[in-house]
Amino acid sequence: MSEERLQLQASVAALHDAGLKGKEIDGILAFPNLGKSEAFAASLGSENLRFAATIHMGGASPVASLRMAAMAVTQGAANHVLIPGAWNGYSGARVRETVTTDKNSIPGGAIAWDYYLPQGLTVPPQWYALMCRRHMHEYGTTHEQMGAVAVAMRKHAQLNPGALMCGKPLTLEQYMASPMLADPYRVNDCCLETDGGAAFIVTTVERARDLGKTPIYIMGAASGQPYPADEFTTRKDFHQTGLSIAAPEAFRMAGVTPADMDFAQIYDCFTFEVIQQLEEAGFCQRGEGGSFVEDGGIELGGKLPVNTSGGLLSEAHSLGLGHVVEAVKQLRGEAGDRQVAGAELGVVTGWGDFGDGSIAILRR
Amino acid sequence: MSEYKKPLPGLDGLTGEFYDFCKQEALHFQRCSACNTFRHVPREMCAECNSFEWEWVKSSGKGTIFSWVVVNRALHPAFYDPAPDAVPMAPVVVEMEEGVRLTSNMVDCLPAELEMDMPVEVVYEVVTDTVTLPRFRRIKN
Repeated sequence: MSEERLQLQASVAALHDAGLKGKEIDGILAFPNLGKSEAFAASLGSENLRFAATIHMGGASPVASLRMAAMAVTQGAANHVLIPGAWNGYSGARVRETVTTDKNSIPGGAIAWDYYLPQGLTVPPQWYALMCRRHMHEYGTTHEQMGAVAVAMRKHAQLNPGALMCGKPLTLEQYMASPMLADPYRVNDCCLETDGGAAFIVTTVERARDLGKTPIYIMGAASGQPYPADEFTTRKDFHQTGLSIAAPEAFRMAGVTPADMDFAQIYDCFTFEVIQQLEEAGFCQRGEGGSFVEDGGIELGGKLPVNTSGGLLSEAHSLGLGHVVEAVKQLRGEAGDRQVAGAELGVVTGWGDFGDGSIAILRR
Repeated sequence: MSEYKKPLPGLDGLTGEFYDFCKQEALHFQRCSACNTFRHVPREMCAECNSFEWEWVKSSGKGTIFSWVVVNRALHPAFYDPAPDAVPMAPVVVEMEEGVRLTSNMVDCLPAELEMDMPVEVVYEVVTDTVTLPRFRRIKN
């Protein structure tokens, strides 16, 4: 099935869930390089499209788009903003192939093409592994701690019938035995490449209250870029990410703190990125992320359940839109066997390119 | 020279000038003429003071290992087809004496022999008629 059709199917599912018709969509924020707002509007019958944009932050785009949609509806630029996304990450062109043919598909564009690829650094796990190894060196982060992330995501997937890895549990011993892909990353440190799509709709508080489902409120949202964003080796602060800037802004806007969160949906392209984002988002100090995720700390029942659906590592790679969908399910109490009891406040993050970040704090 | 299929840099503009210096076996970095800050990758202006005045300055060629990744499974066709001997390889980030960092590979060192802060110096590998890539070797005391 084409990525366009997947996105349209997800959009229709989101419209049904919201009790809206396609013609009521007047804003669309399309994911980078996966189709144009005009085409989605033409198929959905969105004849009053008046707000369309694409935020080029890779996997941070969906949550950054959530924030932009909130700005748009509160300013009256649109009433109902659709954010669709779908990726044929398994049956379509694999990441390892697209980087060889399309300079524009690579974070950093020409910089990566001219300075990273010729040295054999061709794909994200290799780039991010350089960040991970430095973190391990400076802060003592361990393989076992990275494994704790993989194991937690896989445990959660066992409670999610829609997760690709449901029925395939993973122990820390199995994780440690999985082959090195881009040392320090093992195969089991890496997210899935799957076919799938998701979509969500943002509207005003007043409008949402008139619709059928429990509204989920955006309390705070922000995005940010590491510096420089297009080249990561020369950063003065090698561990800074976009989230380092965005998270304090979002929590301040929401008037809450990381400790108030009932769960977190953290963009888990690789295990270490979960540890790093927990640090940069303020759930713990920099360097303490490894111990934060140990001993079931991020599992259901732990101090902060992370990626209750299984995430990119064990549910599916839905470009980060799935993290928003899961947050909404949790806050509505629709998460079935993986429900966080009484969840009222949650956070969702995005990570893209060489560390672009986005974050939203949501409330029931 | 057998056909080289691995990725090659573009040779336009400032990047072309950077690689021209490599072809002459003389690693250079840009240095701001106003505030003397070195920079890499090449850019039009100084991010520290916003000056457009700069010059190419020859690097000491010396630095230390800042990070590395051991690639056990290549994920780019040119590194696995038809070059199965390309892995394991260990791309490194070198922190140069000038303060800039760049990605490279070691020529005299197995992945297991890499150490943080290990002193290294630049060498040059001619990969095609037009491109010479900067690589590194250990500085032995």
